[in-house]
Amino acid sequence: MSLLKVEHMTQNFGGLQAVSDFNIELQGGELVALIGPNGAGKTTIFNLVSGFYTPTEGSIRVNGKDTRGMRPHQVTALGVSRTFQNIRLWKDMHVLDNIRVAQHYRMGYSIWDAFARTRNYMGREKEIDRISWKLLEAMNLKEYAYEVPPNLPYGLQRRVEIARAMSIQPQLLLLDEPAAGLNSRDVEELIELVRWIHDTFHISIWMIEHQMKVVMSLCSWIKVIDFGQTIAEGTPEEIQNHPQVIKAYLGDDTI
Amino acid sequence: METGNKLQRNAFALAVISGCVLIILLAQFKVINLYIQSVIMFMGINIMISTSLNLVNGNMGEFSCGHAAFLCVGAYVSSITSVLIMAPNDITGAPFLPPELAVLVFPISVFVGGVVAALAGILVALPSFKTRGDYLAIITIAVNYMVISGIENLSVVGGPRGFMGMKKVVKSMYELADIPWMMIFVALGTIFCVLIIRRYVSSTYGKGVNAICQDEIAAEIMSVNTNKVKLVTFMLSSGLCGMAGGLFAHVVGYVNPQSFNILKSTEAMVMVYLGGMGSLSGAVISAVFFTFLLELLRPLQILKWVIIPFTLVLLMQFRPEGIMGNKELTDVFPKLRKYCRFK
Amino acid sequence: MEVLIQNIINALQWGSFYALIALGYTLVYGVLLLINFAHGDIFMVGAYIAFFLVIFMLGNIGLDPGITLALAVPLTMILTSGVGVTLERIAYRPLRRKGAHRLYVVITALMCGLILENGNLALLGASRKRFPELLETTVYRFGDVSVTNLKIIVILAAILVFFFLQFVVTRTKIGMAMRGISYDKFAIPLMGIPVDTVIVFTFILGSGFAGLAGLLFAMSYPVLEPYMGALIGWKAFIAAVVGGIGDIRGAFVGGFLLGFIEIGVVAIFPSTMRDLFAFSILLLILWAKPTGLFGLARHQKI
Ligand SMILES: Nc1ncnc2c1ncn2[C@@H]1O[C@H](COP(=O)(O)OP(=O)(O)OP(=O)(O)O)[C@@H](O)[C@H]1O
Ligand SMILES: [Mg+2]
Repeated sequence: MSLLKVEHMTQNFGGLQAVSDFNIELQGGELVALIGPNGAGKTTIFNLVSGFYTPTEGSIRVNGKDTRGMRPHQVTALGVSRTFQNIRLWKDMHVLDNIRVAQHYRMGYSIWDAFARTRNYMGREKEIDRISWKLLEAMNLKEYAYEVPPNLPYGLQRRVEIARAMSIQPQLLLLDEPAAGLNSRDVEELIELVRWIHDTFHISIWMIEHQMKVVMSLCSWIKVIDFGQTIAEGTPEEIQNHPQVIKAYLGDDTI
Repeated sequence: METGNKLQRNAFALAVISGCVLIILLAQFKVINLYIQSVIMFMGINIMISTSLNLVNGNMGEFSCGHAAFLCVGAYVSSITSVLIMAPNDITGAPFLPPELAVLVFPISVFVGGVVAALAGILVALPSFKTRGDYLAIITIAVNYMVISGIENLSVVGGPRGFMGMKKVVKSMYELADIPWMMIFVALGTIFCVLIIRRYVSSTYGKGVNAICQDEIAAEIMSVNTNKVKLVTFMLSSGLCGMAGGLFAHVVGYVNPQSFNILKSTEAMVMVYLGGMGSLSGAVISAVFFTFLLELLRPLQILKWVIIPFTLVLLMQFRPEGIMGNKELTDVFPKLRKYCRFK
Repeated sequence: MEVLIQNIINALQWGSFYALIALGYTLVYGVLLLINFAHGDIFMVGAYIAFFLVIFMLGNIGLDPGITLALAVPLTMILTSGVGVTLERIAYRPLRRKGAHRLYVVITALMCGLILENGNLALLGASRKRFPELLETTVYRFGDVSVTNLKIIVILAAILVFFFLQFVVTRTKIGMAMRGISYDKFAIPLMGIPVDTVIVFTFILGSGFAGLAGLLFAMSYPVLEPYMGALIGWKAFIAAVVGGIGDIRGAFVGGFLLGFIEIGVVAIFPSTMRDLFAFSILLLILWAKPTGLFGLARHQKI
């Protein structure tokens, strides 16, 4: 059974077909990229997979479960986590709380426990604390635990957002343009971080990225879309020389 | 982070409890007169109203303008419950239970009022799944008007004339033992309310409320069941406010629908604003301050309602984030942290 | 049948009042995303301004009622706009400049409303004011249906205002700036119009028509009291939202809809049920269509 199986996924917004007949299958453990010009429908694909939109047609299965009709938090609980193109951290909560809240899917206590501060509640809260600190330590964020995100440099905010996504212990991590807005040193660090996550946790990572340097040095498989259509897929070498990809990016010298 | 010993960590709680006991003793030995007693009770009730609204408007970032609706539901339901059971009335005739049991029945009736108000909260919570911000604000205003108008059309409970009989229930408590029962119950209600809210917002579960406020989409995708959290928060907020209503009705001894109109809701919003949105200690402080101010200006009669809004408008120009901003006392005075248990 | 037509005319008249007030909420909301809760009281102030103007012109100057009316309409509108603009200048603008949370601006608006209501009560006392008759009532009869000239004037005024505003918003530069501003504050200066000018213009329009509504209302129901704007204001606001706040058509449709609902309810049920039913029906509409009849859901970019 595959980790993620998307078949014939199509999404219409009014008259606009943002995604048409998109297919992908991930077995677990791969590092894949999704590229395409602006407005191609990449983010929409992530929104569909993470359950924020329901596809007009086609199906999405996570570990064999059809996610149609599920709300995003339910899809997340199946092990699909993501970051956003524009960082969406909770701005008034410090980093530690940002990580903690993402533990909602395995809270393990009811609100009555919280009111009465039962032993179960105290135990679970301790556990959530422990998990969160461990993650912060692993992601080199420990010293920023009590900072609020707006006080951190952009590169660190990205890292916190990835840490938050990881605190869900996902099997599939979706990264929406993680390198956008980073300077070249941050980009190096990001590449290291993604590689480290991939090597340590053996999860699938699927990223949207415009910077070819990131894509080429990390991903073993690339899908290219334009106007919602899949126009090519293959290994980095194949994609670099693909005539249609070059055409789609004509005038755009990122490739 | 364990700091200090057990006694020190509970010092704050102990201070609050001994403060309440002291006030009650003062009332018992008639050191403070009935008027001051009633002002203190209104402070407690207003603390319940402002902290419960703060949960929705401050922590969750919704914009509920009709909080008095839940106060109204709680007040009526608990009054009806206690009066039907404990006092002779037109509907059921003689009381069901001997007057000695009033001390038990009264808190139960307040609780019942809270539960029914919590159910009324669903009326606002369900639309909040689909919409937020100003559209939800309208829904809350409409609910406020509907509740008032609904009760005005219910002649069984007195319609626009109001409902009374609670004095008899309260009186039977005083006949059982001459101690300041109402003060005790208001103190218990206030502590219960603040404690529950405190525990809720400091739990990881309750932090989901802040997550919804700051970025609902991120909250949903980071596994927060936003609909459930909203439902729970609205019900908790309206339920606690309903309990405040029950206490209010019995302190005053008489309720009529127009005392729960939009002006009352506005008062609640003002208290939340004054304290600073999302700050529990701010909500408590501002409720105390606001009640005090209202009493202080009482001799001015109608001018009071010119001066208070005017002061608030001025205040807003100088401190547009309320007394506490979104901070707690423990953030402003970190030393306090030693004296109250955090985790 | 006659009863029905009579009710329809009444509904149109009430709908006109609601619509004229609702558009003030909608205009300000469309530009600032601010619920101007003081607007109902601006309507009340409008009625009082009209009252004092009329008393002054009839009594102190001794003008003819017809001329008084002709003068009272523009003067009331101008003076009431002055009140609206003053509120915006001294209460809302400084807060906006400081980037205060929206809730605080809204509470400020609520407080300004209270100041207007209770300030009036404190100044003028609780006695009600009787608005003098300016227009000799003519009753037109069509079979058993009778319509007063005043009702026709009210309805016509609302319709005229609607077309006027549609014209302003779709055809003039400043009107288009009003529509654009809530979408993109930074694009408006590019059109050569300062943002503050647009905002002041919006308040002038909204408050001016609230003043007109105040005058017409005082002529139709000639008893004035300080709280007259509160309930009618809240209702008009809800009507604006049901129509789709931010859209002028929405304000008018919502206003008339509310007029019809209220008159309809009163025709069938006891009049004490009016508010209960009206609010329930509006709530149901909002439930079904959370952004109102004309409101568009803005999609949020993820
Ligand atoms: N909720 C929505 N409603 C209507 N149209 C939408 C919605 N979301 C996206 N679109 C449209 O779908 C198209 C694809 O958008 P999408 O955000 O997926 O592009 P993208 O590939 O992520 O581009 P970028 O590189 O700029 O992030 C765009 O034309 C966009 O305007
Ligand atoms: Mg995108």
